[in-house]
Amino acid sequence: MPGTEVLSWLRTRFMPHIWCPGCGHGVIMHALVRALVNLGKDRAQTVVASGIGCSSRMAGYINACTVHSTHGRSLAFATGIKLHKPELTVVDVMGDGDCSAIGGNHFIHACRRNIDITAIIMNNNIYGMTGGQASPTTPVGAWASTTPYGAVDPSFDLCKLAEGAGASYVARTTIANPKQAENCIMNAIRKKGFSVVEVVTHCHTQFGRKNNRRQPIDNYNFFKEATVPLAKANEMKPEELVGKLVCGEFVNKDVPEYTEQYGKVIEAARRGC
Amino acid sequence: MTKKYEVGINSAWCKGCSLCIGVCPKNVLELSERVKAVPARVSDCVGCRQCENICPDLAITIKEVE
Repeated sequence: MPGTEVLSWLRTRFMPHIWCPGCGHGVIMHALVRALVNLGKDRAQTVVASGIGCSSRMAGYINACTVHSTHGRSLAFATGIKLHKPELTVVDVMGDGDCSAIGGNHFIHACRRNIDITAIIMNNNIYGMTGGQASPTTPVGAWASTTPYGAVDPSFDLCKLAEGAGASYVARTTIANPKQAENCIMNAIRKKGFSVVEVVTHCHTQFGRKNNRRQPIDNYNFFKEATVPLAKANEMKPEELVGKLVCGEFVNKDVPEYTEQYGKVIEAARRGC
Repeated sequence: MTKKYEVGINSAWCKGCSLCIGVCPKNVLELSERVKAVPARVSDCVGCRQCENICPDLAITIKEVE
């Protein structure tokens, strides 16, 4: 597209958006809107929640019910919305720092609770908006403004974190494959339970500039070369996978969903037993 | 008969990041003097829509010509 259907999901009066030229967040926004259009969602029944950061500007551009909340706490807001009205489709867009550092506790407990929210994590390896500080997902050895001699601490694997915390759907994709991103987001929204889609993107302004990926297309080519499909990665040795991005659906399981379980508690309490 | 496509670019939204130029397998697009993407060789377009999906500014629309 972006046909009239995609454009109807955008607040076009705010376009062109605030992100840098070539920013991967725009690619993810397009994939998310395409996924929502393909699923035939209603704008009045869809909530997009976001926290703080470049990624969180997305809620301002999507023409649905949106909430731009506090840093890292978007999942807490989304949980409240979903519990009050379980019939809504709730999508939570977060950056990597928003999700894993500032909102790390909210994230693991939302995974554990398995509430029907779709969390889209835009992992650009850095805090882009505030000046390129190292985030929990900055790779070892990478330059950031707070690690001028290279990051020394190992980075988070967000998919393994979500899997360990108990999310019912976990997938990773990159902006170099927007069609896969669209499909993963569609599957995640369809899934009843907490769904996590980690979309690996780039910040060429703050991260790529100092890590030999200055242009957006350099980042695109890097992702294309570094991507390993999950089926192939299972046959590879761990030392061969160093520095690679394993993409695919890691978890897709059916476990009891929180709002349904909570509804049962309410019914039982009203019956008085 | 080969299909024909129309490459529409919203130059008010285009920021000239060149991602579309990099992903196009047929080298249809190029940058103008005003640093905006322009379809220079529309007849080569095969309608793969990679540029449309990768455009972060949602500025590209590919339409099939009847």
